[in-house]
Amino acid sequence: MNGVGLAAMTALLVVPASAGLLLVLVSGYRLGARLNVGATLLSLLAAVTLFWGRPEANLYLRVDDFNLYLIVLNNLVSFTTSVFSVSYIAHELETGRLTPTYLRFYHAMYQALIFAMNLAFLANNIGLLWVAIELATLITVLMVGLYRTHAALEAAWKYFILGSVGIALALFGTILVYVAAQPVMGEGLPAMAWDQLFVHAAAFDPALLNLAFVFLLIGYGTKVGLAPLHAWLPDAHAEGPTPISAVLSGLLLNVALYAVLRFKMLMSANPAALAPGPLMVGLGLLSLVFAGLMLYRRGDIKRLFAYSSIEHMGIMTFAFGMGGPLANFAGLLHMAMHSLTKSAIFFAVGHISQVKGTQRISAIRGLTTTHPMLGWGLVAGVVAIAGMPPFGVFMSEFLVVSSTFARQPLLALPLVLGLLLAFGTLLWRVHGIAFGKPDGGPVVPVQASTLPMLTHLALVLVAGIWLPGPLVDWFKNVAVLLG
Amino acid sequence: MHDGLAFDIAHLLAGGMVLVSFLMLYQDRLSALLNVFALHSLVLALAVGWQAYIQEAHHLYLTAGIALVFKAIIIPTALHRIVRRLGIHRSLEVVGGVGRDMLAGTALVALAILVMLPVTAAADALTREDLAFALAVVLLGLLLMINRHNAVSLVVGFMSLENGLMLAAAGARGMPLVVEISIAFSVLIALIVIGVFLFRIRERFDSVDMQAMDTFREKRRR
Repeated sequence: MNGVGLAAMTALLVVPASAGLLLVLVSGYRLGARLNVGATLLSLLAAVTLFWGRPEANLYLRVDDFNLYLIVLNNLVSFTTSVFSVSYIAHELETGRLTPTYLRFYHAMYQALIFAMNLAFLANNIGLLWVAIELATLITVLMVGLYRTHAALEAAWKYFILGSVGIALALFGTILVYVAAQPVMGEGLPAMAWDQLFVHAAAFDPALLNLAFVFLLIGYGTKVGLAPLHAWLPDAHAEGPTPISAVLSGLLLNVALYAVLRFKMLMSANPAALAPGPLMVGLGLLSLVFAGLMLYRRGDIKRLFAYSSIEHMGIMTFAFGMGGPLANFAGLLHMAMHSLTKSAIFFAVGHISQVKGTQRISAIRGLTTTHPMLGWGLVAGVVAIAGMPPFGVFMSEFLVVSSTFARQPLLALPLVLGLLLAFGTLLWRVHGIAFGKPDGGPVVPVQASTLPMLTHLALVLVAGIWLPGPLVDWFKNVAVLLG
Repeated sequence: MHDGLAFDIAHLLAGGMVLVSFLMLYQDRLSALLNVFALHSLVLALAVGWQAYIQEAHHLYLTAGIALVFKAIIIPTALHRIVRRLGIHRSLEVVGGVGRDMLAGTALVALAILVMLPVTAAADALTREDLAFALAVVLLGLLLMINRHNAVSLVVGFMSLENGLMLAAAGARGMPLVVEISIAFSVLIALIVIGVFLFRIRERFDSVDMQAMDTFREKRRR
């Protein structure tokens, strides 16, 4: 059993890494795209295999209930995104926005990004976690600047500067955690291994741990896109290739939030340390309400959904900040639902902006008549992300709201206000996009693969109606683990 | 010798880095700024090397070597060439003025010491001083970054911030992975900054002034 798990864990790192190296050499579109899909499928299979055999933790890597669910989610979405990317990239090559050289680069970087994210999830060592997140940042910076337009370069530059400052601060926090652990656990690798830190956390110096957490929350919080530190996020989402927007929104934000949660667990294990909850609740609410307000005047369709991502990361941070089994459960469910829904929306948006030749919302009208499949897909996605039943996002948001009402009714007011703001604005905007009068221009036929989008929406729909028992138990376990 | 002199020299070198950070704050020519940055990295290499010696942590010599070769020699030389090729070595715009920067810098150093020293009361004196100085260098690096409009000086600010982090990592007794982290950082700096952005920014904007980028954005939004 153990051997299976070890092999699967190794595959999760080796497959994307070697596929990335291989894809550097492949210049053909057809072969490159197929290899890309094949490699992500293999990683997904490896991730699922971990359910049957879990490797023992070592000083560098570790699999537990919490990261296993995120690893599966991560590899599932990166697989469907690679399928979507096949048709998306074909169009970009036709229109000449991407040259074959850049295509090679794109595919190699896509695999490298998956490697970095898998490494971040698997890492047991807090230094390794940092290196993986740094690597993922670096790769996405290059991807965002891929089109080399003014706007893309500006977005990549902004992302680079803000992201690097964020991870630099996170490194300082990581060093402080080690300094706190070293008097208790001695020098060397065990004092950086997360599971061992967790066991000994109660004996750490609380003041040092508090300071470390502030740096970590601000540092990794920049990568989560929490409100005062979010400035890079809308630009990076709007200017990069759409598959990257889907991966950024659906996966990379989760990676950063995962890092924050790992350190939150350390904090909760030390009774004398500052409670991390209020800080996270504050930042989460701020992001939620701020993004709700900002949604209103967006003119760019990808920017609109980028702000919606900030809103949802705010909801999750809020839920985890509240803590307790129910709120944590809601947060975990919301992480999965948001990933699936938001990437489905970006799949639709990618093809929509291709057929319309623009990302300006005012230029996109009447999609349900011109392109029914894409139009209705987008409507379903937006209805889901706005938090309407019967989709899964409704479930998780409902759980967050009801648990807040039960424990802190006053906090529920800004929470509901933010949710309603975002709800109204999103539906109002999508109304024009989907049902407005078409502009009368020629209808461009589309070579879209709608399968990834439909799969995601179906999963979200099923989760909204019926969550399988084992999954509920799983989430409950993790929710208790999170404290 | 191990306690008295070892501590004094470590203190001197770490304090030297804070001092050089201040020197960077008031440079008004790009080439001078780059020279001061090279000095900053040199002092870092010495400080890390000294830590390697007194902690008997041989892997830290590698970090010191990376700081010396990569950050004190290669990066400044490359940036000098870029600056010369772009013809922007003349002057640097300082937002707000030097006097205000120096006051803000002093306040940041005081803040760093007031924050770090009480918090690390349990750690040994060497680590405490090192962390306090490192936080000061990090904060001064942030100040340098927000103070200039120029892309090259923004990068220099970031690298000086990163020097502060390396100082902290070396000062934390027996911390593993320091070498790996310093390599990861070097890759970040080398790959993005030198290779891609400065040339592309030049190509697209005919300027490395960050304000030019802001106007592009405003035009697009209208």
